[in-house]
Amino acid sequence: MNSYETVFILTPVLSEDQAKEAVQKFEGDIKGMGAKIKHSENWGLRKLAYPIQKKSTGFYYLIEFEANGSVVADYELMMKRDERVLRFLTVRMEPSHIAYAEKRRAKASAK
Amino acid sequence: MSNDIRYLTPINIDIKKDKYCRFKKSGIKFIDYKDANYLLKLVNEQGKILPRRITGTSAKFQGRVNKAIKRARHIALMPYVGDMLK
Repeated sequence: MNSYETVFILTPVLSEDQAKEAVQKFEGDIKGMGAKIKHSENWGLRKLAYPIQKKSTGFYYLIEFEANGSVVADYELMMKRDERVLRFLTVRMEPSHIAYAEKRRAKASAK
Repeated sequence: MSNDIRYLTPINIDIKKDKYCRFKKSGIKFIDYKDANYLLKLVNEQGKILPRRITGTSAKFQGRVNKAIKRARHIALMPYVGDMLK
């Protein structure tokens, strides 16, 4: 089991509700693949640093999960096939990264 | 009689400031690619990664900085090519 972190961007064409629905679907799918979701975060609609698919904004989401390495390939394939996703990035979390993420969460919840 | 300016002590023309690695000094172990505001310090106004020669970052952390900036670029938190970032 490894820890992973995924940041993905959804098209601004969706409404807030549709975006939430898409995220719920992704979360359900990774759970179905045998992963455990540790944390998820919504950064809201943000401006992109450069246009992607001619869009200049997007809904940012962050999901942290624990899974076997084989899950990631399936999960990324699913993301790739989904037209609502503009971009995604999955990163394996090293021990220092996990410690940092926990500190960041503690700080966010203190606010 | 001469008009030369004379100094009692020779003036030091090039004051060398010691460079240091900011990550080693402040004990940062992980450089977050999600924090674009912080990464902006390690980049010039065109969005190019600053060399070690200028920032003083140690080799170990420069590698991590590079990785973090490249990840930030991929998820559009930072531009690949920018102008007037600062």
